[in-house]
Amino acid sequence: MNTEPILIELLHITKKYSEAVVALNDVRFQLNRGEIHALLGENGAGKSTLIKVLTGVEKRNSGIISFEGKEINPRSPQEAQDIGISTVYQEVNLCPNLSVAENIYIGREPKKGGRIDWNAINNQAKKLMEKFDLDINVTKRLDSYSVAIQQMVAIARASDISAKVLILDEPTSSLSRLEVDKLFDTMRLLRSQGMGIIFVTHFLDQVYEVTDTITVLRNGEYVGTYATAQLSRVELVGKMIGKEYSQISDKLQPHVEAETEGKLFADLQEVTGLGTVRDMNMSICYGEVLGLSGLLGSGRSETARLIFGIDKIEKGDLEIKGERVSLKSTLDAIKAGIAFCPEDRKTDGIVGDLSVRENIILALQAKKGMLNRITRQEAEEIAEQYIKKLEIKTPTSEQLVKNLSGGNQQKVILARWLATNPELLILDEPTRGIDIGTKAEIQKIVTDLAKQGMAVIFISSEIDEMLRCCSRIAILRDYKKIAEIKGSAISEQTIMRYIAGGEIDEKDY
Amino acid sequence: MTIKNRKLHINNISLTITAVLFVALFTFGSVSYDQFFSLSTFLNLFNDNAYLIIASVGVTFVLLTGGIDISIASTIAFTCVFSAYLLRLGVAEYIVIPLVLLIGILLGLGMGYMIQEYKLQPFIVTLAGQFFMRGLCSVISTQSIPITNEFYKHVALNKIKLGSGKIYYYVFIALIIIFAAVYLLKYTRFGRCIYAIGGNEQSANLMGLPVRRTKITVYAISSFCAALAGVVFSFYTLAGYSLQNIGLELDAISSAVIGGTLLTGGVGSVLGTTVGVLIQGIIQTIVTYQNLNTWWTKVAIAALLCIFIVIQRMISSRTEKGKR
Repeated sequence: MNTEPILIELLHITKKYSEAVVALNDVRFQLNRGEIHALLGENGAGKSTLIKVLTGVEKRNSGIISFEGKEINPRSPQEAQDIGISTVYQEVNLCPNLSVAENIYIGREPKKGGRIDWNAINNQAKKLMEKFDLDINVTKRLDSYSVAIQQMVAIARASDISAKVLILDEPTSSLSRLEVDKLFDTMRLLRSQGMGIIFVTHFLDQVYEVTDTITVLRNGEYVGTYATAQLSRVELVGKMIGKEYSQISDKLQPHVEAETEGKLFADLQEVTGLGTVRDMNMSICYGEVLGLSGLLGSGRSETARLIFGIDKIEKGDLEIKGERVSLKSTLDAIKAGIAFCPEDRKTDGIVGDLSVRENIILALQAKKGMLNRITRQEAEEIAEQYIKKLEIKTPTSEQLVKNLSGGNQQKVILARWLATNPELLILDEPTRGIDIGTKAEIQKIVTDLAKQGMAVIFISSEIDEMLRCCSRIAILRDYKKIAEIKGSAISEQTIMRYIAGGEIDEKDY
Repeated sequence: MTIKNRKLHINNISLTITAVLFVALFTFGSVSYDQFFSLSTFLNLFNDNAYLIIASVGVTFVLLTGGIDISIASTIAFTCVFSAYLLRLGVAEYIVIPLVLLIGILLGLGMGYMIQEYKLQPFIVTLAGQFFMRGLCSVISTQSIPITNEFYKHVALNKIKLGSGKIYYYVFIALIIIFAAVYLLKYTRFGRCIYAIGGNEQSANLMGLPVRRTKITVYAISSFCAALAGVVFSFYTLAGYSLQNIGLELDAISSAVIGGTLLTGGVGSVLGTTVGVLIQGIIQTIVTYQNLNTWWTKVAIAALLCIFIVIQRMISSRTEKGKR
């Protein structure tokens, strides 16, 4: 047996989707035998691209991948699997309609006399499941078991195929605490057998609970590799968002003065969403920018989706202007005076093949009802008005939106919602991936809107931006609100401290 | 060990309901009409529906992957017309039969290739196949062509006496197809891959199964079975006519659905499909005994279909809820 301690080594990995879009830039990564290695980073850091390059789903532009000292070039997940690298994805990638046993052995079934030996499949599967301490009926359909068990079955299959490298891509997102414990036991068991495990997650608690080593990526670049025991939470968060905790002062104060409390627009009382946000209390007032801060997966976007009626509120009350409402659809929310610019403007926001004008009047048309015609002249007036107001750089209002830059597309979406005259505007990562100039413009528009009396919810991963725009910030972690700070209490350090959570060394303040 | 395997079959609730329904209908017929209850009535279900069983079994393969094939009725008609045409020209049966079966396979491979390689909708591609084959029928002849070939006559008219009933030779072709299909689906990697694709195509791909090859092959199987059904149908009618069997593809699909096949793929069985065909056959028989217009068969089947898809939906949503 090969006793080389290094299982996988990736060096100088670069992946460009186009000249402008660089997903990975000179990234390295090393996985040892018998190690659980966390791969961390915020959205767009390049974690999933790195996994895809490693497992042959995406082709890299340059760089070397070696496995047990030999260079490899997997071109498909199947080839990676044959080499000894298996992946378990966030979404269980098994077949729900087949039995547990068959899911483990399909594609490599034991045969007897040319035909599939079902007895062997079921018996071997049963033994394998016992090894994982799972007492289940392996002849039952996979989808008769919980997602957690399905996840374990996927891991069992992966580890049975190749006992060398296991990649777990956010496997815990849909698991309960008990199920997570079970998964971690399994991971430790596999580690003790010498398997190397790459664990992608955004739950920091879990990173500290189960991993030995941490590699952080940020904006497609390699930040560093650290021993988990020697990296404090605050330092880790600093690396993920690109700020050294020791270097920041609390001098950077919010630019927006917390004005006298405006009138209450909406009030969330103990709001719980199905499998997302839990017991959220939050009030939103006219004339303020309320920031939602937290890491990816902390429940920021999920809260916005609940308020906008995309996801159903499972428990708790949502009051708008003092009245309890139940939003059954986004149209209800629009009619209640709420507007929402979603996180991913490419898929959820713009309609690329329509003109700037058509994109701007979309939401207004929905609000008015499909049968109430907006005349061409009215539409043009509205479009021109916002193109001027938001300084959208487009030759005419007839230009197709897909031909505009990212920043200007974002402004078009903003215009679309402003045209509905909302009382509450929710912005989810409105400045991601757009140039600094436009970014500043959008930030200014946001604060101006609040000054004119609009209620705004602002979601961003960049703390700088939050400080610049928000007069009040709610900090979320693991789908719960853990703190709310406002006015002079807002500082970069406080926010980071809350985001990181866990044990904080007191002398740091 | 066989007991264990049988348990797996019965797990499919829809199939159980279908089997119970068949027995119930047969009992209803026996109680209501004199002379209904006999071996002959039962065997005639096979004699009259052998070709539909073959076609339905073929289309089940496609449905299991989550696809659909609506070209099969035209393929059957084409096979009949083209066989009759060639036989009238004096071409020998041992050339005609392999030739029409080969045409079936090629048609299926072509459609499967287009669906898979160009990511086209199976509905549209097989609709084109339907028009194409039906069109070719009329190009060959718009008149009904009688078959006078000795071999065809021999197969068409000879039967085995079995008590009060009889089985025509060509029924055995259907039985062989059923057994071959059951074996293929249950005991070969190819068969299991079909179920995996129907369950989750992306997963099947990530698990390293040959998705592409399998998806093309199921259309070849479907068209081959349709061509074979065409051969059997020409034994049955001893003629080829360009307008015969219009709408049969939907009979085949509804048989599969009544037999417990999910149109979304991944669930279903050939035995279920066979029982589905027999149920349609028995409804037809009851309608005849009752002296009703034959269109009442369609009305009854429509009602059955509605009931079955609702039951399937209820079963699948129940498992969804049970998950968490």
